[in-house]
Amino acid sequence: MAQLICSDVTLGYEGKTVTENLNFEVNAGDYLCIVGENGAGKSTLIKALLGLKNPMSGTITTGERLKSTEIGYLPQQTLIQKDFPASVKEIVLSGLLNKCGLRPFYTKEQKEFAKKQMERLNIAHLSSKCYRELSGGQQQRVLLARALCATGKMLLLDEPVAGLDPKVTKEMYELISSLNKEDGITVIMVSHDITAAVKYASHILHISHTPLFFGKKEDYIKTDIGKSFTEAMGGEE
Amino acid sequence: MAIIEKLWQYLQFEFVQNALVVGVLIALCSSLLGVTLVLKRFSFIGDGLSHVAFGAMAVAGILGLTNEMILVMPITVIAAIVLLAAGKNVKIKGDASLAMLSVASLGIGYLLLNIFSSSGNVSGDVCSTLFGSTLILTLSKFDVCLCIVMSVIVILIFVFFYNRIFAVTFDETFTAATGTKASLYNLLIAVVTAVIIVLAMNLVGSLLISALVIFPALSAMRVFKSFKKVVICAAAVSVICSLTGILISIMASTPVGSTIVAIDIVVFMIFALIGRR
Ligand SMILES: Nc1ncnc2c1ncn2[C@@H]1O[C@H](COP(=O)(O)OP(=O)(O)O)[C@@H](O)[C@H]1O
Ligand SMILES: [Mg+2]
Repeated sequence: MAQLICSDVTLGYEGKTVTENLNFEVNAGDYLCIVGENGAGKSTLIKALLGLKNPMSGTITTGERLKSTEIGYLPQQTLIQKDFPASVKEIVLSGLLNKCGLRPFYTKEQKEFAKKQMERLNIAHLSSKCYRELSGGQQQRVLLARALCATGKMLLLDEPVAGLDPKVTKEMYELISSLNKEDGITVIMVSHDITAAVKYASHILHISHTPLFFGKKEDYIKTDIGKSFTEAMGGEE
Repeated sequence: MAIIEKLWQYLQFEFVQNALVVGVLIALCSSLLGVTLVLKRFSFIGDGLSHVAFGAMAVAGILGLTNEMILVMPITVIAAIVLLAAGKNVKIKGDASLAMLSVASLGIGYLLLNIFSSSGNVSGDVCSTLFGSTLILTLSKFDVCLCIVMSVIVILIFVFFYNRIFAVTFDETFTAATGTKASLYNLLIAVVTAVIIVLAMNLVGSLLISALVIFPALSAMRVFKSFKKVVICAAAVSVICSLTGILISIMASTPVGSTIVAIDIVVFMIFALIGRR
């Protein structure tokens, strides 16, 4: 049973189609990379998968073991957070809110759990630091820790390395990869970087106004579209 | 010494005690929510809503209601819900619709007052509604009780939903995506904001409410860097400024609202200096 199934999904805003005929499924433990040019509808697709936006047609279903609230999410950076006074601990803890039910405050166990996630991502020492004073890479780790607090099953990441320098980008990719391999967390990641997508992902979804490809990455690099992109990227380096 | 003796004398009066209690509670409530409003970029909501409340007050006055709150409170709450909750869907126009609603209520309110008012001193009445010149010293027993009850409810709501308010303020999308009803909490914030605005009209009048809402939050944000510390500091700053302001205004016969705001500004400048180091 797949964790997430998209069938015949069409997405758009106010009657205008952005992308259509999306058909794919994600199984537990998969690492799916969604690639495509700017404006192709990647972020829109992520929002639809999270249930924040209804598809214009088609259905998105989550598998029996995955509740729709059990998806962790790393958003594309928003501006409002840039001057927000919040400590790392406060932000990471806020990921646990969906497990609180009617309780107004976090329990000791939950605080302990949040601390473990921070240790896992090497940010425990920053716990009482202010979010806005961290480096870009550290900020992304904080948001990743928050996402891990919300779920242990599936992570949706929208351009997690945008704006990071090459070294930190690589660290981030390795970290996400280890969460996928060692902890068995399903990863769905949006990325511009097709080279990295091919390197780390198990599956690729390439979207434009219509989906160009969905399948295993081994097959993707053999297709014309995959070839043209990977070669173009390779040539730049 | 003479000053302290005079102060002590004043403190014996019931109306002074009432003013202090009400002032502290309102200052506390408005600063708690103020942090969220500033961070959500809703600073002007306070201003807009207070104008709506002014319009509602004018209508209540004309209808001859003895208790204006009965009309003013619901109207302001509805305006807040429309602006905050529905305004999300028409994002681009949110700004303009707020400005429109706010000046329309102000204009119509003043017009109605002028046409229908039986009082000989319309501009005096209007002035005190706008700037709260002496309002807080003339509170009725009912006003004081209402204010205490509402303030306590607001404070309890804030404490009970503190973690959720933080989450919705910091990242609404994430909160909604992981299964918390973010829109519900936005609604809650809207309603509570409206309640505070109406209460705060008693203290500083409708034109100066924004100052009460944003200055303590902005001051605290200069110096502190975690949400909890900012909230606590803003509350403390706000209460101290209001207390000092009320006492000074009684002693020096200055208008209550503007005195409090002046002190808030001074404190903000001090905090800004501290924060720069
Ligand atoms: N809130 C919105 N309202 C209307 N159109 C939008 C909105 N958000 C995105 N779009 C449009 O949808 C298209 C896809 O956007 P997006 O999903 O953000 O692309 P990507 O993340 O792949 O770069 C773009 O053409 C964009 O202009
Ligand atoms: Mg995007």
